[in-house]
Amino acid sequence: MRAPAASDIAAGEVLLSLENVSLSFGGVRAIRDVSFDIKKGEVRAIIGPNGAGKTSMLNVINGFYQPQQGRITFKGRTRSTMRPYDAARGGIARTFQNVALFKGMSALDNIMAGRTLRMRRGLLWQLLRVGPALKEEIEHRERVEEIIDFLEIQAIRKVLVARLPYGLQKRVELGRALAMEPDLLLLDEPMAGMNLEEKEDMSRFIVDVNEHYGTTIALIEHDMGVVMDLSDRVVVLDHGVKIADATPDEVKRDQNVIDAYLGVAH
Amino acid sequence: MLGPILETLIGGLMTGVLYALVALGFVLIFKASGVFNFAQGSMVLFAALSVARLSEVMPLIVAVLIAIVIMVALAYAIEFLVLRRLVNQEGIILFMATLGIAYFLEGFGEAVWGSDIYKINLGISKNPLFLFEGIFPGGLLIDREEIAAAVACAILVAGLAIFFQVTRVGRALRAVADDHQAAQSVGIPLNYIWLIVWAVSGIVAIAAGMVWGSKLGVQFSISLVALKALPVLILGGFTSIPGAIIGGLIIGAGEKLAEVLLSPMLVKWFDLAGGGIENWFAYVLALVFLLFRPQGLFGERIIERI
Ligand SMILES: Nc1ncnc2c1ncn2[C@@H]1O[C@H](COP(=O)(O)OP(=O)(O)OP(=O)(O)O)[C@@H](O)[C@H]1O
Ligand SMILES: [Mg+2]
Repeated sequence: MRAPAASDIAAGEVLLSLENVSLSFGGVRAIRDVSFDIKKGEVRAIIGPNGAGKTSMLNVINGFYQPQQGRITFKGRTRSTMRPYDAARGGIARTFQNVALFKGMSALDNIMAGRTLRMRRGLLWQLLRVGPALKEEIEHRERVEEIIDFLEIQAIRKVLVARLPYGLQKRVELGRALAMEPDLLLLDEPMAGMNLEEKEDMSRFIVDVNEHYGTTIALIEHDMGVVMDLSDRVVVLDHGVKIADATPDEVKRDQNVIDAYLGVAH
Repeated sequence: MLGPILETLIGGLMTGVLYALVALGFVLIFKASGVFNFAQGSMVLFAALSVARLSEVMPLIVAVLIAIVIMVALAYAIEFLVLRRLVNQEGIILFMATLGIAYFLEGFGEAVWGSDIYKINLGISKNPLFLFEGIFPGGLLIDREEIAAAVACAILVAGLAIFFQVTRVGRALRAVADDHQAAQSVGIPLNYIWLIVWAVSGIVAIAAGMVWGSKLGVQFSISLVALKALPVLILGGFTSIPGAIIGGLIIGAGEKLAEVLLSPMLVKWFDLAGGGIENWFAYVLALVFLLFRPQGLFGERIIERI
């Protein structure tokens, strides 16, 4: 059975939901019985102190980690674990906390790699580089060039990504995820280590992607100002436990959340 | 004088093609997983054993086809039983796993196929050819088997180069080599890529095993050709397919020429017993490269020190 396309799910309906998910590494219980959902079209923030289990949560969603318990429902299909390939196929793209680019390739090739699943023509066509395959290659290049324009990185498109400063690497990484034309975009601390101006640029890109393309976004971020500005709803994790799930304003006033961030013993 | 030197050079280049083949198997797996596949030599041995024993009871061509099926099945088993469970582990852990695979393959090969010395008969006349008799007195003496091997290897290498440079698999391979998780996140199926490179390395091992086997007989020492591939890799760079080929040719030709030209001089000047340069020339050359150009002729990055 084919999973329904995201377009079958109306804005505001649940796109992804996690029920009673638990994940541990040996003795470390990274996620404990956490449930929450992400609705189509929203920006959903996941916050919490260091080691709270935020990155682990994204890894569960896109299949890098297999939780021992719980269920994941994406586009109406329920599974106990995801696989990275199925997640990508299903329209989940992501960036990484510690930039994970293809270091030996240019910015352009990195973003082009995001088109992998959208290339259809077989091997023989590609060898010949004629007809439909050539046409397809050109179409992909056009989409990629649009993304490059959107992210304002025309000047560095042919540069090896290893040579780029950190802020630009993060931008290329976002470009690679966007090239997948995802339904759900997972961003793990997209602004970590950036200066104020870079943060403002990145915020603008995230808002634009969400508003213009209707892409649903799950965002991990430590900068509270950014979280308040960008997100519709916030999940708060602490030591693997969900301690709050509400609008940014409510979360800001929640005593449990304040305690967690101040490091009050529990 | 020129005639014998040319003969040596040609003979050396033929051996070089073989080194290149073995090195190619290493490069493919190194590119896809960043791991030095210690089992490559054992794969050559296993492939040669399969072809040798099967060809005793069936035509060579059928034996080769079955050997291809065996090597692909082996790749599948290695991917399914070992690699799949080690995704995103450190390179050293993958390396240790290939060490295990190497010893398993040697033992398993012996158990299934036996441990004697076996023959592979390529069905090519052992009478050498004499070329350019008009130019050189007596002509250049060339082994027919070596010519056939070189041509087959060249075709194989060209095919692989096209497959990996031009197709989507090649692009995916580069991505996987750079970052496993990132590659998976854009939908590149890691398992499938690993299966492809191990299967292709297995098929390359068949070619290498057949050529070595027909020359020297199929025996345990074939697994040691892996050690000859190491200097080739250092010369050519661990990640470069053209590097493996050119590195192989340079070392093959270099060691034979050194033996013929350098040896007599060393003997004369230093009053040595002489001989044996062929055995260590490749390693000394590799050492020089490690000191002055550690990424090799074509390598993209400096190899990690283990
Ligand atoms: N692959 C792993 N193996 C073992 N333990 C892990 C692994 N991944 C995460 N952990 C542990 O799980 C817990 C949660 O880690 P996680 O990276 O999800 O936290 P985080 O909320 O993203 O923290 P940060 O804000 O520092 O990025 C930590 O105790 C971490 O050490
Ligand atoms: Mg994290």
